[in-house]
Amino acid sequence: MGRRVLITGLGTFWGGRLAQAIENDPDVDIVIGLDTEEPKVRLERTEYVRSDENYSILSRIVSATKVDTIVHTFLVVDSTQTSGRRLHEINVIGTMNLFAAASTPGSTVRNVVVKSSALVYGATSRDPRWFTESTSRKATPRTRIERSLLEVDGYVRDFAIDNPHVEVTLLRYCNVLGPDLSTPFSKALRLPAVPSVFGFDPQFQLVHEDDVVRSLLFAIGDGKSGIYNVAGDGLLPWSEMARICGKATIPLPFVGTNLAAEPLRRFGVDIPPELLDLLRYGRGIDNRRLQEAGFNYRYTSAGAVQAYIEAVRLRGTIGDQDDQYRYEEDVEQFFRHSPAVVRDGE
Amino acid sequence: MARPTQERSKALVPVSLPPVADEPARLADPRLGDVDEWGRSERMREIARRAYAPIYERWFRVEWEGMENIPAEGGALLVANHAAAVPSDAPAIMHGIEVEMKRPVYGLADHFFRSVPVVGTLWARNGGVVAQPDNAYRLLREQGQLALVFPEGTKGPAKTYDERYRLRRFGRGGFVEIAMRAGVPIIPIAVVGAEESMPTITRLPAVAKALGLPYFPITANMLALGPLGALAYFPSKFKIRVLEPVTFDVPPDQERYSRSRIMDASEEIRESIQEALYDMLQKRRSVWFG
Repeated sequence: MGRRVLITGLGTFWGGRLAQAIENDPDVDIVIGLDTEEPKVRLERTEYVRSDENYSILSRIVSATKVDTIVHTFLVVDSTQTSGRRLHEINVIGTMNLFAAASTPGSTVRNVVVKSSALVYGATSRDPRWFTESTSRKATPRTRIERSLLEVDGYVRDFAIDNPHVEVTLLRYCNVLGPDLSTPFSKALRLPAVPSVFGFDPQFQLVHEDDVVRSLLFAIGDGKSGIYNVAGDGLLPWSEMARICGKATIPLPFVGTNLAAEPLRRFGVDIPPELLDLLRYGRGIDNRRLQEAGFNYRYTSAGAVQAYIEAVRLRGTIGDQDDQYRYEEDVEQFFRHSPAVVRDGE
Repeated sequence: MARPTQERSKALVPVSLPPVADEPARLADPRLGDVDEWGRSERMREIARRAYAPIYERWFRVEWEGMENIPAEGGALLVANHAAAVPSDAPAIMHGIEVEMKRPVYGLADHFFRSVPVVGTLWARNGGVVAQPDNAYRLLREQGQLALVFPEGTKGPAKTYDERYRLRRFGRGGFVEIAMRAGVPIIPIAVVGAEESMPTITRLPAVAKALGLPYFPITANMLALGPLGALAYFPSKFKIRVLEPVTFDVPPDQERYSRSRIMDASEEIRESIQEALYDMLQKRRSVWFG
């Protein structure tokens, strides 16, 4: 029997993208996706279940579908997109319910993968150059998003201790860039001049969106339990990143940076406080553990920046491609699911 | 209620095919600059060395003794005494070794530097690294680099002129533990001349507190030269003596090392530098001409 996979956040970029990739895997029998909203990408055989964002119905779904793998992609890691209250609901309460459902008696879950963020390490002047998976952060978290992700960390740890028969993998991602993804970070690189903090040229690590999906796929399966940092090779100065993009930097003052970032919000670049910290100190996370486990990155940090800016240039020329309606999809759905269709072997 | 539009605007629906799980080829790394993972740039360093060379050769007239004690390859932890209100010893030591031995030297220092705009960036580009056990281990053990550390920390440069050449406590011996763990020798270095290049007359703790600085000195340079004195050094003669390497008879990569061994070794190294300083001072005829 093949795997039965449940994905949270199917309507998000990552959930949809991962579902597309998992569908191609012949070893996976069933793919179920949860979200409050319909998936935005075309999916062939993923079953979409509408749920509330903190998964109060999840234990019933788990017991009814007998899923053995849960991939938790629905953690908010970008605080500009949602209110603090919702953030708490989604990240903390959602994860808590998810683990509660996965650990009910008789649960068939044997593998849990959680997509978290390197935000849990923070960004201060005291930081080591590289955070390993076991390095603790050097300052108390100041922002809600960091606190919520640290709470998630705690739930993951507790769940792993209480359920030794379940392989639990926690992935911590650095900033992601890619042709299809929009984050405050990527929006900042799209501006005519890239904002920086005066006198600071921090070093960043980036990971390409394809490597993110590939690493999620890699994490599913046996023998990969534990915590892994996911980030491309190389630490890239912010100024060099702007140069790869062919752009100048405009320095924001180093006192009152938050206020000075206000005008940028009019251009749709909402710089969250955790990104302002990064613009001073940057962050390096040691990616060797995942590579030792057998994962190979396709893109380096600089490679991710280049791939991103090339996609932006292409879009600037040919425009965004709207999703066009294709009737074949609906016909396929009909063939697949309608009781009117007589299937072989029935 | 507005739903979280997290990463899902319409324009960004993936148009390319989803990535495949099996191995795609690794792509090239399109780096443009030469800034390494520590933030050091050899190109920047070259410019800085060219600018600093006249100061090194004509102003401080730096003289070395025993540089052959520094290994030509492999990691080593350089440990020196620290002095002058704005320390003048670190640039001199780093410049001398880089020019003579053609090896980069990373200067480990307080994280305070990193939080100062402009200064922090220049410091990092010129080989400054936050003094932190993980950083030191990686530099010394994994990359076999030279790292320079001042175990006195800010207590060294903060001391006033009447306490010159009397070494402060060497922290808690963390530098010894790092060298043990990394399996590298410690090279003690004694510097004479830095103390007189910018002597501190008195300190203003209230000002330091208000500005968030580790200390705020009133230097003789300020009294003599006014505001310019905040940056200008007196032309004292620099003499740098590199002592015999100290190795430790313990295996590297241990979880912990005996506290007493660490403190003993730390104290021994402190004393050897202190003795070298007294010896050099006995032979010094003039602060300005050596």
